[in-house]
Amino acid sequence: MADHRSRLAAIVREHETEIVADWVGLLAKVTRRDAVDRNELERHARSFVSLLADAMAADASGEIDGSPWAKVREMLTSLSANRARQGWSPSETATFIFSFKQPLFARLREVYRADAEGLARETWTATLLLDKLGLMTSEAFQKSREDIIIRQQRELLELSTPVVALWEGVLAVPLIGTLDSERTQVVMETLLQRIVDTGASIAIIDITGVPTVDTLVAQHLLKTVSAARLMGAECIISGIRPQIAQTIVHLGVDLGNVATKATLADALVLAMSRVGSLASKAAPRA
Amino acid sequence: MLDGKPGERIPILKMGEFLLVSIQVEMHDRLVMTLQDELTEQIVRHRARGVLIDISALEIVDSFIGRALGNIANMARVLDASTVVVGMRPAVAITLVELGLNLKGVRTALNAEKGMDLIRRELGLSGRRDAGGA
Repeated sequence: MADHRSRLAAIVREHETEIVADWVGLLAKVTRRDAVDRNELERHARSFVSLLADAMAADASGEIDGSPWAKVREMLTSLSANRARQGWSPSETATFIFSFKQPLFARLREVYRADAEGLARETWTATLLLDKLGLMTSEAFQKSREDIIIRQQRELLELSTPVVALWEGVLAVPLIGTLDSERTQVVMETLLQRIVDTGASIAIIDITGVPTVDTLVAQHLLKTVSAARLMGAECIISGIRPQIAQTIVHLGVDLGNVATKATLADALVLAMSRVGSLASKAAPRA
Repeated sequence: MLDGKPGERIPILKMGEFLLVSIQVEMHDRLVMTLQDELTEQIVRHRARGVLIDISALEIVDSFIGRALGNIANMARVLDASTVVVGMRPAVAITLVELGLNLKGVRTALNAEKGMDLIRRELGLSGRRDAGGA
């Protein structure tokens, strides 16, 4: 078995130029014309074929996890990551590997013209190997796509939780987008930290930009309110749209004794009257 | 962390009709029970009308200490001393909320000054002296 494999490596190396030429021609046909230029395609193809020949010669086990395959894996991973970033589809990316079969099998057919059994055996070996590499490419592609999504989520998280000072002692948090537990955590932490920094006694949580309020979102809101209260700041929830008011009641969510207002303006009036009453009752010395 | 040195206690300062408790060390279970005993006893002995508990130095709470703090505040209230917990750190507040301890019925303020204002207002004493301002 082992000598068949080393034969494959030898064949690839021997016919490297023709295989690459055929392959690039094929790739240019199946690939979107605008996506990549021919020179780059050729460079990728050439480096893949030479790395593949090296790896096959060094490790004929049929597994691609070993250290001789590290360079091939690395090359394919970075290729997939690039293509994921450039917006290629998964099948377009995987085609890079799978289309290699055609030129390779053509060479094998020439070499094993007289030996049908040898041809079948080598074809099978090559198929197994290339399938593994193709799957690996898809996985790498998927993974870099996921990385991109995670990064974007994190950026969104940072973008979407500003805490603004509206008045002396009054903070506002305009919430935009759905509140999941992760975002609640960020909102809570930022809000509480700002309460400490500014010494604010009232925080307005504006949910105009929150598309839906279900029991979970309500629970998250109440958590934030409770935490702020524990620190000694009072919360007002504003920006409750008619539909949301209906949902809250239908779901049986108990907002407790949290002050709620329809608009941020109303909430600000309430906040200022409370701050004002505090100020008049405990006026600072002149 | 659970057991401190025996005899360790948290000072309770008397200022007029108010008692001041400032927790400056990390709490452990025995310490919080000692505090509970001593505070209730002193409220009765001094006939205190206001209690201010400052936990601004407290960085770590568990469910037991969180609950005990709430209990202490409620006990002080039962003894007719208006009680306020001040200076809770954000991390502590988040922990308590996540533990489901909302300390219902416990009054809170951002810092000792605001807490004192709150107590005075509640007792019908004027806050800080109204001078100059409107």
